[in-house]
Amino acid sequence: MMIKTREELEAKIQKCTAELNSKFDGSDGKRYIMLCGGTGCIASNTMGIMERFEALIAEHGLGDKVGVRKVGCFGMCSQGPFVRIYPEDTLYRLVKVEDVEEIFNSDILNGKIVDRLLYEDPETGKKIAKQDEIPFYKKQKRVALHGCGVINPESLDEALGCGGYQGLLNALKMDPADVVQLILDSGLRGRGGGGFPTGRKWKFAYDQKSDQKYVVCNGDEGDPGAFMDRSVLEDNPLAVIEGMVIAGYAIGASEGYFYVRAEYPTAVMRLRNAIKLAEETGLLGDNILGSGFSFRANVRLGAGAFVCGEETALLNSIQGQRGMPRPRPPFPAVKGLWDKPTIVNNVETLATVPYILREGLDKFIQYGTEKSKGTKVFALGGKVKNVGLVEIPMGTTLRELIYDIGGGIPNGKKFKAIQTGGPSGGCLTEEYLDEPIDFDNLVAKGSMMGSGGAIVMDEDNCMVDVAKFYMEFICDESCGKCTPCRIGTKRMLEILTKITEGKATMKDLDTLEELGKACKSNSLCALGQTSANPIISTITHFKDEYIAHIVDKKCPAKVCKSLIKYTIDPDKCRKCSLCAKHCPVGAITGEVKKTPFEIDSAKCIKCGSCIAYCKSGAITKE
Amino acid sequence: MAHLQESAVRKISEICDRYKNERTPLIMILSDIQNEYGYIPLEVQEIVSAKTGISVAEIYGVVTFYSFFSLKPNGKYVIGCCLGTACYVKGAQQIIDKFSEMLGIKPGETTDDGMFTIDALRCIGACASAPAVTINGKIYAHMSVDRVAGIIDEYRKLGGAE
Repeated sequence: MMIKTREELEAKIQKCTAELNSKFDGSDGKRYIMLCGGTGCIASNTMGIMERFEALIAEHGLGDKVGVRKVGCFGMCSQGPFVRIYPEDTLYRLVKVEDVEEIFNSDILNGKIVDRLLYEDPETGKKIAKQDEIPFYKKQKRVALHGCGVINPESLDEALGCGGYQGLLNALKMDPADVVQLILDSGLRGRGGGGFPTGRKWKFAYDQKSDQKYVVCNGDEGDPGAFMDRSVLEDNPLAVIEGMVIAGYAIGASEGYFYVRAEYPTAVMRLRNAIKLAEETGLLGDNILGSGFSFRANVRLGAGAFVCGEETALLNSIQGQRGMPRPRPPFPAVKGLWDKPTIVNNVETLATVPYILREGLDKFIQYGTEKSKGTKVFALGGKVKNVGLVEIPMGTTLRELIYDIGGGIPNGKKFKAIQTGGPSGGCLTEEYLDEPIDFDNLVAKGSMMGSGGAIVMDEDNCMVDVAKFYMEFICDESCGKCTPCRIGTKRMLEILTKITEGKATMKDLDTLEELGKACKSNSLCALGQTSANPIISTITHFKDEYIAHIVDKKCPAKVCKSLIKYTIDPDKCRKCSLCAKHCPVGAITGEVKKTPFEIDSAKCIKCGSCIAYCKSGAITKE
Repeated sequence: MAHLQESAVRKISEICDRYKNERTPLIMILSDIQNEYGYIPLEVQEIVSAKTGISVAEIYGVVTFYSFFSLKPNGKYVIGCCLGTACYVKGAQQIIDKFSEMLGIKPGETTDDGMFTIDALRCIGACASAPAVTINGKIYAHMSVDRVAGIIDEYRKLGGAE
């Protein structure tokens, strides 16, 4: 059904809000079983759980008393799959299909909570029944993720019931120049990593006179280990579309393009579905809500090139070309897509825009620091107990992120570093844990905000190896257009490889720093300019590790293959031959039940198979 | 173009026609062809060139630039080893090395019998399952080196390449 005027939309929003609320507070007389439909939970069989619940409801003829809803990601992926029961708001975690019957019989039929499936606070051992009381969620604030994990991402009504399109309603009542001014005043900065003030981008494009302008949404989330944008697109795509329409209204654009990674099929499907829903109701298209403003949205897919996250490379990719960056100026705001004025905003940035329009400036700027307003979404991963998606106010400290929200380091290991900013970023160590997270402070301390990847490392990670990992990535993804990046990254990778193989000299370390500086000052785009950041920050904080590799020919974390040796302790060896059977190169010899087994170092390829199979813990790396 | 079947030529033309009203649709066309056939050999690029008026040189440039496009067909089972940072710090390199060693191919290559391709992936977003491996879409969570042989056997038993 078409929504033709602002009044019609307001009425519809009221109705949808009441409907959605009734699914949480029980006012429609039903109970609801809400399931997390995020990638992590789906991989652990959410669909099987859902089918089992539906079968039990049908069996008991409770279709009009109990409903099942699958929504977006709950965020705390390491505890999934989740089942949440309303109106009581009970959260069950690590649920298996076999547990469904017990939840149904105990909770749904008899109102009795199944204690064993509740989250247990690892500190106190206390069972926690409500999501909001779990430490992981306590320090979070959902702005960009508003609605994610709450609504069905394929339903327009649920999006409208959860604050959707109130931002656009408010924007259409304002003059476009005032919308630009509001975003300027909000201090919103680009969430894709660079942190450029969004309002300034909008102002540049607003000031251009042109028959056609474009809004482009950058959903080419390439940082390995980061999935913030994917979650927003999967869990609340209409919020991103709404943000794009508001941006179009503000700068005077009538067309927008979403550029999304092809590796995110679910996000693309939900986004396309949401565009269709918005078109069918007139929230996209001609004369939106009778305002005289028209806007269309298109989807273009990436094809697997990290550099396309760079805005000018992205524009070339939409234009059907190799995704290589353009020299700037001219900036996209002047000469962008098909040479027309264009703003390129990240998914999370656009998802934040409706919040500012809906809730108002004061509510948004109450979060954050002086120069970084609002919140930031992080994909917290690596060696941390609570792996997942978190949104925190800017200014939260790294310690709060890693320990209060992340739950600290698993297996009693020692924290070593947190890496933010992906291949363009850097590592921060223990001494920086009390630093607040904001754009400028992280840069000042030698790292960067980045798009939101936050990887925690422990004592078992070799920092030279981590630097090499990122350089391999950059070297592979360098588009080859400019010489410093194309050749510089290759040379840096060669030196890092030499170091991890114990073949480098201290002079190589100086060359590495020199190459890093050359790339930084001479590369065409940020990919090359920041390519040495992981090296520079690991040399700064972990110089002793580099020296151990170069001078002592040792890898302290026992990661670099060329510098480690596997041995079998003859006293512990049970002479079972399992290790020898699984050695792919026949490097292990011995006689079953007679002589302890031995590894021939000359043949050993250090694959680790023997350790994985040894049941008596007789094999060690040194 | 000689060994392309007529039906394939028709299908490729139809894919090109799908995007007649789009501006600069080359990557959309190539993505659809890649999804349909699993690779985009030179003969196919020539048809796209004839249909769109874009030179073969430019199309070849685009095909070889993006990792999603391939000039050669993939194996029946594509073993995607996630090498995102979260997986990497939890030992993903050892997992992909083990697959490489057992199958005798490097990442990006396909076994001679056309059964397996090893693909190094950049973050599939299953960070809570790290290290993760996907085989034709099925996710293997918390992978370890000792499970590799069993998984390869499992697919060998499922059947050979067509």
